[in-house]
Amino acid sequence: MTEDVLLRLTDVVKHFPIRRGVFFRKEVARVHAVDGVSLDVRRGETLGLVGETGCGKSTLARCITGLHPVTSGEIRFDGEPVDGLDRARTLAFRRQVQMVFQDPYGSLNPRRRVGSIIGDPFVIHGIADGPERRRRVQELMELVGLNPEHYNRFPAEFSGGQRQRIGVARAIALRPKLIVCDEPVAALDVSIQAQIINLLQDLQAELGLTYVFIAHDLSVVRHVSDRVAVMYLGKVAECGATERLYDTPRHPYTNALLSAATVADPDVSARRERLVLAGDVPSPVRPPSGCRFHPRCPKADETCVAQEPPLEPKFGDAAEHTAACHHPVADDEVLVGSGDAAKEVPRWR
Amino acid sequence: MAMTETRAIEGRSIEGRGPWRLAWERLRRDRVALGAAVVIVVIVVLALAAPLIADWFGHGPAQQFRKEGTTEFGLPVGPSGEFWFGTDNLGRDLLVRTLYGARVSLLVGVAATLCATVIGVVVGMTAGYFGGKVDSVLSRAMDVVLSMPYLLLALVLVAVFGPSLPLTIFVIAFFTWASIARVVRGQTLSAREREYVEAARSLGASDRRIMFVDILPNIVAPVIVLATVLIPLAIVFESVLSFLGLGIVPPTPSWGSMLSEAIAFYRVAWWYLIAPGGALLLTTLAFNLLGDGVRDALDPRAERLFATRRNRRRRSLRRRSGGGR
Amino acid sequence: MLRFVLRRAAYGLLVLWLVTTTVFLLVFAGSSNPAATLAGRQATAAQVELVRERLGLADPLYEQYFRFLGGLLHGDLGFSFYSNQPVAEYILTLLPRTASLVLGAAVLWLAVGLVVGVFSATHPRGLLDRAATGFVLVGLSMPTFLVGLLLLYFLFFRLNTEFGIDLFPPPGYASIEEAGVGEWARHLILPWITLAFVQQAIYVRLTRSSMLEVLGEDYIRTARAKGLAEGRVVYRHGLRAGMTPVLSQFGVDIGQLMGGVLVTETVFGLQGMGQAAVSAVTTGDLPVIMGVVIVISLFIVVANLVVDVLYGVVDPRVRVS
Repeated sequence: MTEDVLLRLTDVVKHFPIRRGVFFRKEVARVHAVDGVSLDVRRGETLGLVGETGCGKSTLARCITGLHPVTSGEIRFDGEPVDGLDRARTLAFRRQVQMVFQDPYGSLNPRRRVGSIIGDPFVIHGIADGPERRRRVQELMELVGLNPEHYNRFPAEFSGGQRQRIGVARAIALRPKLIVCDEPVAALDVSIQAQIINLLQDLQAELGLTYVFIAHDLSVVRHVSDRVAVMYLGKVAECGATERLYDTPRHPYTNALLSAATVADPDVSARRERLVLAGDVPSPVRPPSGCRFHPRCPKADETCVAQEPPLEPKFGDAAEHTAACHHPVADDEVLVGSGDAAKEVPRWR
Repeated sequence: MAMTETRAIEGRSIEGRGPWRLAWERLRRDRVALGAAVVIVVIVVLALAAPLIADWFGHGPAQQFRKEGTTEFGLPVGPSGEFWFGTDNLGRDLLVRTLYGARVSLLVGVAATLCATVIGVVVGMTAGYFGGKVDSVLSRAMDVVLSMPYLLLALVLVAVFGPSLPLTIFVIAFFTWASIARVVRGQTLSAREREYVEAARSLGASDRRIMFVDILPNIVAPVIVLATVLIPLAIVFESVLSFLGLGIVPPTPSWGSMLSEAIAFYRVAWWYLIAPGGALLLTTLAFNLLGDGVRDALDPRAERLFATRRNRRRRSLRRRSGGGR
Repeated sequence: MLRFVLRRAAYGLLVLWLVTTTVFLLVFAGSSNPAATLAGRQATAAQVELVRERLGLADPLYEQYFRFLGGLLHGDLGFSFYSNQPVAEYILTLLPRTASLVLGAAVLWLAVGLVVGVFSATHPRGLLDRAATGFVLVGLSMPTFLVGLLLLYFLFFRLNTEFGIDLFPPPGYASIEEAGVGEWARHLILPWITLAFVQQAIYVRLTRSSMLEVLGEDYIRTARAKGLAEGRVVYRHGLRAGMTPVLSQFGVDIGQLMGGVLVTETVFGLQGMGQAAVSAVTTGDLPVIMGVVIVISLFIVVANLVVDVLYGVVDPRVRVS
């Protein structure tokens, strides 16, 4: 892989200790939020990150942006390690990596004016002040599709979609290289989702951004991503180019997810063979042994219980399509294949 | 909802109607609170003008008028043209003394509450924001201060150091900061978990900046409500201390000490009881009503014990026009 | 459950220790010349010297401290300067007076607070509710001593002199042994009302809002749907849950109550612990002050412990946390 890697995660582990006791807080258990993730993000691409609630994608996002220090493993951004930086270098790092949050209502301080919120990065990094800052903020507002004359308004006076635009404006203020979007459209109405996604894609083209796009809606991820990584219970289950992954998923979990994605046409939906997974997602405090998916997997056997499968290409796939499974899905076992894919997994406009 | 508002405001300069402005407008419409505010303003003005009024009458606050001010038995004289509120047993003008007492009460009430608020906010924010050991230690300190019998310890403090104005302010502030700190800590804890704090951190904001720029504006509202309730409590506290002889030293007039002197004479001089007592009651009542109004303006969803006429009228209108429930 | 009780007891002991140590430090180490402070402001130089010797104030501080603690554990609180009587004995004579006041008032305000509060909650916006609300507002604004003075003036003085109604006696205390229960109660009615007046405001408001919240819960609706009589619904199911904030407030109030007690005793001349402490400040009789403070703190801690245990009984969630 000689392509330009902007972000490299090597065996990243993030555990949260659970402590008990009044005076001497003893650790009694850990939440294995992220348990050994290795990923690459290339310059200029959009890496989609999917998984159910609790799979660790939000935690991973926060590790990437430096909000959580990792328990072990390494994150390198542009060749430089992300952990253990002094104050000056941390600030420099923050200018390069930014985040767009999920909740348009919670991610903006309701007591501050919008202009002040967007202008925050300029103040924190001491870049622009006074009228110059105001000019830049208004420029950003126009860029994301907001009326710059609303500079002095409060977030409560904007709609959900507009607030998300404010969040985006704040994220791109310092012209970062990488933006992690943590379910940026999950809380929005469907019609608004399209607008925000188009905005993000336009900005990517215009400013040369790289995205890590986290979502649990498969159709959205398919529309925006160049490559997709599927996470389950803190580990990567499968990773590869979008179309390949959606056409020929190799991990049973991906297979099941895709088959369960809703489809508009009721006839097609009725014909569809669905794989219904048994049980709930187990707790990340005590993850299952071996392959974490084995309690719910229809193909599980003793190997799966005993041994964790490595993340590698299967069935002669290209090197970059990897899956972690002892019994990967063969072509004829794919539930939603290339033939149906064009019709069934809806494309985004 | 926001859309129609935009169109309506277009044309004028687009100024945000933020939470403060809305609260202010709600407060303006609350007639009871406004009335209370007016009363407070009047009291403040009278207190500030006390020396002028004393001069106008020609009666100083500690001046004893044995001849005109007391009967031949040395008892106080009732309200008259000369002494509008009557006199006390030493022939001193009660009106002037009551006004000077207002100065003391207001000064102590506001100063003590201000000190307690500053300390409480700093400690509470620090405990709530940093968590961990810092929080444990500070929370224990708050708990201990809150569970101490305050008047008893005030007794000991005064016994050791002797009563005085600064000591009174210190005692009141010392036993009040913990309630503020507790509230602030709770608010900070919940504010800390909000996404906008995470966002600020991801932008690279320092802890100090996050505390003052992001968290502080969100905790100001409950602090203001608490402070408007604590001022009358501080005033009452001061009057209790002075009543027991532990607060302001005579001859400086304080409503509390005047009332303790009144015990011996109220049978023959009801004005001796009513003047300072009425002033005290009026002041605390006004502050409490204003505090209620401020709390409702800042958080209109809170269930109100004392509904104003405006609300009752609105509610009955809604019912008559066939509204839902 | 036992662990819960032990934890609360340990906490109470901690507070008690802190209070006594604070008192000790303030008195014995707070001023530059503790002997002079302890001897009182009227003392001559010779008397100061005498005090210093008798109390061993020349010894190092930690020795004095251990002596102080040791004395406490033996029930020795020193000697009053004013009367030379052992403080512990003195306080014991005062105890029944303060206890009569506090217990009677507590019964009164709890009863009034709960009954009026529940009634307000079950008949919201009715006449009684509004009257209670107004009463609450006034009660919260008035300092206790003002209530006492006004009651004394109108109910004792005016009634007696203008109407000759002898219902309320002049201020003072009548012990049960000497005057019988009737006189004892008669002398305490006005003080009870005084002390209870401010407190009931808090409790009415608290009970009302707490009951309103509880009565709106689904399980109350279910109880009603089952056909239970309204009284049973409100009192058996509703009150049990609605009681918990009242109980916790009671715990807090016990500590804060002392102010009201001091003041009420002073206004009505009951010569209880509170009034003794106050006059001790004027005369500079520090051992009495210290003794009263420590004894009252002990009672507060014990009372808090009882309340905590009751709370744990009523609300099992507390025990587990």
